Amino acid sequence: MVNVGGARMIEVGMTLPEKIFYIDRALLKAYADASGDQNPIHQNEEFALSVGLPNVISHGMLTMALAGKYVTEWAGGSANVREFSARFIKPVIVPAGEKVDLTVVATVTEVDGNTVKLDITATSAGVKVLGMAKAVVVK
Amino acid sequence: MINPDSVGRTFKGVEEVTVTQSQIDAFAAVIGETDTSVAPPTFSIRISLSQYESILTQPEIGVDWTRLVHGDQKFEIFRPIVAGDVFTCSATIETLRVAAGNEIVSVRSDLHNGAELVVTSWSTLVVRG
Repeated sequence: MVNVGGARMIEVGMTLPEKIFYIDRALLKAYADASGDQNPIHQNEEFALSVGLPNVISHGMLTMALAGKYVTEWAGGSANVREFSARFIKPVIVPAGEKVDLTVVATVTEVDGNTVKLDITATSAGVKVLGMAKAVVVK
Repeated sequence: MINPDSVGRTFKGVEEVTVTQSQIDAFAAVIGETDTSVAPPTFSIRISLSQYESILTQPEIGVDWTRLVHGDQKFEIFRPIVAGDVFTCSATIETLRVAAGNEIVSVRSDLHNGAELVVTSWSTLVVRG
């Protein structure tokens, strides 16, 4: 690792700093309003239980939006994100009155000029919630 | 059941969608983004999902929206979305398969501002059996 102009070189295998987001029922409501996704499984506990879920769960796309914020922050702005993908492999469970974590970290998998590919890991309560999460950014 | 004849077909959204600054501000606020000069990278799902709902639930396609689970999502962003963009949207049903009693449909969304393709995204939607 060498310093260039005070900035660390970006190298394949480099792990970026971890960031923890917190998700609660109020955030689910705010995301429902901002995204237009008013599916009651993300807001109504009785409904969520009635369709066989363990509790209210986060919108997969809220989880992805927060992971996107992580990527954006590192990339120096939303304009630098060119590709972003993820599988929703486990729900983020959000009990009433609790703030649950979404812990995000990423590793550099490819560097080509100013294009950087990242593998992203996102967990909640120790459970991996996104699979095959990847981003391509210019930096 | 989803109509298998819909696979490979592209359906146009019925109306144009105008992006406003307040929509970008609200989406950014949820994820703690303070720079709202452009939309966050996943913002376009707001447009695509509502288009999918109106297109895919038409009787000729037959997706039951109440049993829908989002399986995966990919965005290819050619330039960031900004306030004032006016999008025409299309949904292309790329694949349809049945696994463990669930219907799994892969849909591509293309958002054009005039002739310019701004975002293409792919969604795998699972209709639980």
